[in-house]
Amino acid sequence: MSALSSLPQASSIAPQVDTLFWFMLALCVIVVVGVLIAIVSYSVKYRRGSRADRSGRQAQSLGVELTWTLIPLALFIGVFTWSLFVFAKMRSPPEASQTLYVVAKQWMWKTQHPGGQREINALHVPLGQPIRLTMTSEDVIHSFYVPAFRVKQDVLPGRYTELWFKATQLGTFPLFCAEYCGLDHARMGGNVVVMAPADFARWLEGHAGPQSLAARGAALFRAHGCSGCHGANASVHAPDLDGLYGRWVQLSDGSTVIADDRYIRDSILLPKKHLVAGFAPIMPSFSGQLSEEDLVALIAYLKSTSSVANDPPATGSESTHEHD
Amino acid sequence: MNTIEAAVPMPSAARSFLDRDYSLRAWLTTLDHKRIAILYALGITGFFFLGGIAATLIRVNLVEPNGLLLNAETYNKAFTFHGVVMVWFFLIPSIPATLGNFLLPLMIGARDVAFPRLNLTSWYLYMMGGLFTVAALLAGGVDTGWTFYTPFSTMFSNTNVILVVVGVFVTGFSSILTGLNFIVTVHALRTPGMTWFRLPLFVWTMYAVSLVMVLATPVLAMTLALIGLERLAHVGIFDPALGGDPLLFQHLFWFYSHPAVYIMILPAMGVVSEIIACFVRRRVFGYQFMTYSILALAVIGFLVWGHHMFVSGQSMYASMVFSILSFIVAVPSAIKVFNWTATLRKGDITFEAPMLYALGFVGLFMMGGLTGLILAAPALDVPLTDTYFVIAHFHYVMVGGSVMAYLGGIHFWWPKITGKTYPEGWARSAAVLMFFGFNLTFFPQYILGYEGMPRRYHSYLPEFQVLNVLSSAGASILAVAYLLPIAYLLWSLRYGGVAGDNPWDARGLEWQTTSPPPKENFLRRPVVREAYAYDEPAP
Repeated sequence: MSALSSLPQASSIAPQVDTLFWFMLALCVIVVVGVLIAIVSYSVKYRRGSRADRSGRQAQSLGVELTWTLIPLALFIGVFTWSLFVFAKMRSPPEASQTLYVVAKQWMWKTQHPGGQREINALHVPLGQPIRLTMTSEDVIHSFYVPAFRVKQDVLPGRYTELWFKATQLGTFPLFCAEYCGLDHARMGGNVVVMAPADFARWLEGHAGPQSLAARGAALFRAHGCSGCHGANASVHAPDLDGLYGRWVQLSDGSTVIADDRYIRDSILLPKKHLVAGFAPIMPSFSGQLSEEDLVALIAYLKSTSSVANDPPATGSESTHEHD
Repeated sequence: MNTIEAAVPMPSAARSFLDRDYSLRAWLTTLDHKRIAILYALGITGFFFLGGIAATLIRVNLVEPNGLLLNAETYNKAFTFHGVVMVWFFLIPSIPATLGNFLLPLMIGARDVAFPRLNLTSWYLYMMGGLFTVAALLAGGVDTGWTFYTPFSTMFSNTNVILVVVGVFVTGFSSILTGLNFIVTVHALRTPGMTWFRLPLFVWTMYAVSLVMVLATPVLAMTLALIGLERLAHVGIFDPALGGDPLLFQHLFWFYSHPAVYIMILPAMGVVSEIIACFVRRRVFGYQFMTYSILALAVIGFLVWGHHMFVSGQSMYASMVFSILSFIVAVPSAIKVFNWTATLRKGDITFEAPMLYALGFVGLFMMGGLTGLILAAPALDVPLTDTYFVIAHFHYVMVGGSVMAYLGGIHFWWPKITGKTYPEGWARSAAVLMFFGFNLTFFPQYILGYEGMPRRYHSYLPEFQVLNVLSSAGASILAVAYLLPIAYLLWSLRYGGVAGDNPWDARGLEWQTTSPPPKENFLRRPVVREAYAYDEPAP
């Protein structure tokens, strides 16, 4: 708990955010108080009729102007730099993160664990484990916001954004949608429940679905005919997808792109966007045939075939255009 | 009474611009910048009160965690109405179109603006767009928020988005034409001797704001047209389901809407500079730095739009660049606050109502600006954006800043515009009441935002109730404070004393002509000196 607020500091980043916040707030208070003191004391001293000395009143001073131009500038650059470190940390999930999936829609949050556990308007996470959320929306823009963790990330249709946190406090913390999304925006909330790892393991067992996310993805991979072309014995000339996840892929335009969640999603829905070098553009789009949750399952399946132990190095949620 | 003299008609040139051509037709076809300013003032006041009614509904509703008055749908339409009307039909035109129109030619010693017909056209565009929008908002309403974020606004909202977008689009041209008019006026119509560095700071801000209006508003027009295109024809521009990019919309929208913040605040800075100089009776400290700051705000204001998008999915590196630029744009604002404060030093200060408004502006603008610094740091913006912290921040700048300055300006130039004086005691009371009402309304919202209450919420968690009730209580005080000036200013039109040509003993050229001025503005050529020659007697 921060001493000055009732808002819990329930994630590893929260204390760092708060320290910067209180520092900047203190700076603001000093400036406000200083200027107000100056205004009030000048107003009293130089009110009409007072006997204060007014000689040299029209003097202008370049030195004074430069002082209150350069000192604020230096201070601003200082806090900017400090803020960058915290911001970069916020945007860089640790290697050991566990990926969970979030699909938003008007007006609910659907979350999925790799074991196939699904939740609505809730997310159970273990204490102390870095959690990386890969998020997308089925309709409009939403925003995943947990005030106690000091994290927020817009959730967009048509692409993945991501957010990570490491919960440091047991308990139930409100989750809000922060980006206005229509009629029941205010009710699009839920809870993030932080549990001790042992309790969380029990919770996972108690809520296991019929199959894991990857297993469901494998079933989809066959049902939608993906395996017919991309399988090991396929007659059609299509890239082999076993172990693809997390690798660099050479594209026909000469660029390379890392095969992450976004790449796979785009390749399924917009197969002509990233043509792999040496292959003909013969794949049809599966847009409209697969829900966002199906896509997430397919990605989980491909990930399960990969030797890359965990997630690929984060390119951030923003690198969509880097390889276009 | 001398009956002979009364029988002789005054030469038309000596009559004030109000005391002639009384017909409605004469007013609606007038080319006189002063009358057009008054037409604008009437429209703007009307829209302000409409937007205020929506604000009242919002604040009443938020007294209860589950919403006291409105269902979710009506609440969403109420805040959209409030935002659209206040931004485009009150704040953007407020000072430039009323005080700017009235004063700009007077301050530079001109007879009118460069293009009087264009000026009247601007007013008609403004009113047409405004009335059309308000009609669309009342007949069914719109639930997108004033920001029209896509794809919600293009593919999901079932409300009159197209009509409202058309209304705002039309009004945008009023901004563009006014900007064009002012730029040419300042360049071409300054009276001999009125050099650039003798211009009152108010004229500098009008000039800078005109540049912003001319350069930024077309981008808004284009963006709104694209919304219409996607909504009507399903051309995929913003909705990913159609192959579009929702972030493209945000880039385009904020490319206009961040400079629009400077359209709202720069004129307020100009007004406050005039008022402070007059009631402190000295030249504004650091006049040249003030002019450079004005231009810097106008230019750098174009380069910071991405700070609205730190959590949007925009690249982390882009966010860092927009962050440092946002810190840099705060420097000229800081310079201005320090210079206003330093102007008080060694002054000969009196505290009439306009001065109280101006000092209120400095305090509230400073708080709005400083909390803007907190939001400029991406690490802090991430938790705070889209919460009440942002609401409080921009209301401190827009309402505590721009509206206080607008009312200060109205009080300062009221004797010049109408020839009448208003009851000073009432005016001072209203200014003080407004300051306290404002702080009680919006200060709790900073805390609400830090605690995590998102904006645009029709209902909220019970722990946020105390602060919401405080805010609503403040809003009721604020409402009274806004109604007071309407009452006593209208009263003064009939019962107010005769103001005289220069009741504040001010130095701007506008004070050298009669109150109200004649249609031609000046019957004799004004004596041009430095804008703030308070150490010399008035000519």
